[in-house]
Amino acid sequence: MSTVEKLGLMLVALGIFAVVFVGILVIAARFSGRVGERIQAGSFVLPAVLFIMVGLIYPALLTIRDSFVEDGSGGYGLQNYVDIFTQSAYLTVLKNTALWVILVPVLATAIGLVYAIVVDRSPWEKAAKALVFLPMAISMVGASIIWKFVYEYKPSFRPQIGVLNALLNAVGIEPRQFLLDIPMNTFFLIIVMVWIQAGFAMTILSAAIKAIPDDIVEASQLDGVNPMQRFRFITLPAIRPAVVVVLTTIGIGTLKVFDIVRTMTGGQFETSIVANEFYSAYFSQNRPGLASALAVILFVLVVPIVTYNVIQMRKDA
Amino acid sequence: MRSTSLRRPKAAIGMAAIALVGLSACGGSSSDDDADGGSAGGGDAIDCSVYEEFGDLDGKKVTIYTSIITPEDTPHIESYKPFEDCTGVEVTYEGSKEFEAQLQVRVKGGNAPDLAIIPQPGLLQTLVETGKVKEAPAQTAANVDKFFGEDWKAYGTVDGKFYAAPLGANVKSFVWYSPSMFEEKGYEVPQTWSEMMDLSKKIAEDTKGEEGVKPWCAGIASGDATGWPATDWMEDIILRTAGPDVYDQWVNHEIPFNDPQVVEALGEMGKILKDPAMVNGGLGDVRTIATTEFQAGGLPILDGMCYMHRQASFYAANWVEAGAEVGEDADVWAFYLPALEAEGDKPVLGGGEFIAAFDDRPEVQAFQTYLSSDVWANEKAKNTEGGWVSANTGLDVANLKSPLDKLAAETLQDEKAVFRFDGSDQMPGAVGSGTFWKEMTNWIATDKDDKAVLDAIEKSWPASSK
Repeated sequence: MSTVEKLGLMLVALGIFAVVFVGILVIAARFSGRVGERIQAGSFVLPAVLFIMVGLIYPALLTIRDSFVEDGSGGYGLQNYVDIFTQSAYLTVLKNTALWVILVPVLATAIGLVYAIVVDRSPWEKAAKALVFLPMAISMVGASIIWKFVYEYKPSFRPQIGVLNALLNAVGIEPRQFLLDIPMNTFFLIIVMVWIQAGFAMTILSAAIKAIPDDIVEASQLDGVNPMQRFRFITLPAIRPAVVVVLTTIGIGTLKVFDIVRTMTGGQFETSIVANEFYSAYFSQNRPGLASALAVILFVLVVPIVTYNVIQMRKDA
Repeated sequence: MRSTSLRRPKAAIGMAAIALVGLSACGGSSSDDDADGGSAGGGDAIDCSVYEEFGDLDGKKVTIYTSIITPEDTPHIESYKPFEDCTGVEVTYEGSKEFEAQLQVRVKGGNAPDLAIIPQPGLLQTLVETGKVKEAPAQTAANVDKFFGEDWKAYGTVDGKFYAAPLGANVKSFVWYSPSMFEEKGYEVPQTWSEMMDLSKKIAEDTKGEEGVKPWCAGIASGDATGWPATDWMEDIILRTAGPDVYDQWVNHEIPFNDPQVVEALGEMGKILKDPAMVNGGLGDVRTIATTEFQAGGLPILDGMCYMHRQASFYAANWVEAGAEVGEDADVWAFYLPALEAEGDKPVLGGGEFIAAFDDRPEVQAFQTYLSSDVWANEKAKNTEGGWVSANTGLDVANLKSPLDKLAAETLQDEKAVFRFDGSDQMPGAVGSGTFWKEMTNWIATDKDDKAVLDAIEKSWPASSK
């Protein structure tokens, strides 16, 4: 199909979409009264619901079904899940994923929070914030390549091109293979994600801190609280909703992280995580059943975080 | 990627000229044909009458999808030219680094290319299982019967049906070295495995005083395919210590992956790859093998930091890239990874590509037939500077430009050669491009025990496959 044909087809599809939509509106407009309003509301929601069914719910159900298909034989069973929870390679993957999901949000939020408080109202606030926020603008793959150079290893008798090993070498310590030393290599990968996400945490939390009314801060100063107490009893409670949003957002992002591991180690040396293992299983090893099971596990892990997020947002609203 | 669309007008003129002269004249060497742009690819005009039986193909289009990307794609595109000129078919060439994964996405998504150049028989089998691959036409099968051995035809055959003709080939059983360094130290190219081990020990002794210099250098990192060069090492050694029959049983899982004979082979391999006195010249300790990109694995030879590097014939491209000249008396050259005995069979490990069709339109079948012919193989050879051979017996070795390609072709055609196809490429994906790669990486990176590595791979073999 040529580009012109594809464009033509797109126009036809858009035309059909417009006709259907106008049709729905015209029909909905004919109803009035209490029942009519419901019908109108329903007809507005219907297309969205349909799209979610087709684009999200149906594929999700297919994935759940596929996760029980045993690769090769095509029969149904629990073998994929048994494999994931018994084979040591997959247990390592689950352990690593847990490490990521716990460490990245906590570290990124903590660093972002401390940074936001430290630079708050300082003369260089804007420049300092921009510096920390910059990594957000770099793609994950780009950041991974940068950090791969930071960790680069050359034997001590060769010129060092990795910053960290150059520093080690300068003070007379043998260069280290940061991405190869288990279990520390996972932490060195986690640092990359924290580096990217800390800026995001800092921005949101800084805005929240600035939203605290000045009179409360002044009142507390008149009451004679020290900075630690002010943080504990005024700042933290005031920005709690923002902290929850930041923690959960980074947490969900971390569960999906794939680029960093793929770019830096390819999941080798016991650094793999669920999203990376899912891709390998599906596309390199042709094990769609196992891959679906991994995707389902990822989904199950995200659900509590999303639920908690929704509950918190409802409370605050 | 170069566009082929610019060639259309020219090809049409050539076609018209051919039609005027009469199709039979096309096979002749009349200078008029050449003047009309009949074979700008540098080769002679081809016998167009072969493609007549596919009907009038003028103006038809064929798409081909492959993992062969720049700069290696240019000789491919050039070698299609005689066919395009002859039939008027326009071939669109598309290469991608993400080929293996993307091809499956495209096939499953109903957007398959007409033809795909598939580097692994295991992947071909997977694709055939989707039901989208078309059987090869009779003319292609006839060409393959004529120009290739039965074993090569078997790699393109799934469940008794022939799908994919072999295209290119490579020889993996090579050890790269620097002829001048060998000469300087008075080392001789080893003829047997034990001579090679003795030489390694001698080099280790001789270079004790020089920091970082070791007999061997290696690198097995390759993105998400990290580990494959180590599987090649192992396959080469099993072919030698256990023999081709055991190798076949092992690849087909008729013996367990952790059979004692395999354990023995891995032990032999450890004598080189896991011995700090043997590796990793110029790169660091044993573990650096796991993090060194395979493209960079042999380069310390150029700095005099290491003496030997086992890698396939296609590694020639990396030497050229690094500015070294490949040749018997040049900067680097390769010797055959020795067998246990100097006399007797020479096991040769190799790989290759196969061409699978997802459509059976006449123009696609005509192009398939062209690619399986001796005409194409020779045309490709003439267009390639180096790094390509084929198992096509119609290929005239004299047409190969690089001395290493000649050596590879001679090795393939050697009477004593017992050829075996890359084992990991034939195993089920879960093992061949999964645990085998991973565990070999662990074997080096985390000093995992031989038996534990093989046990883990055996455990991961899908129960449903034989």
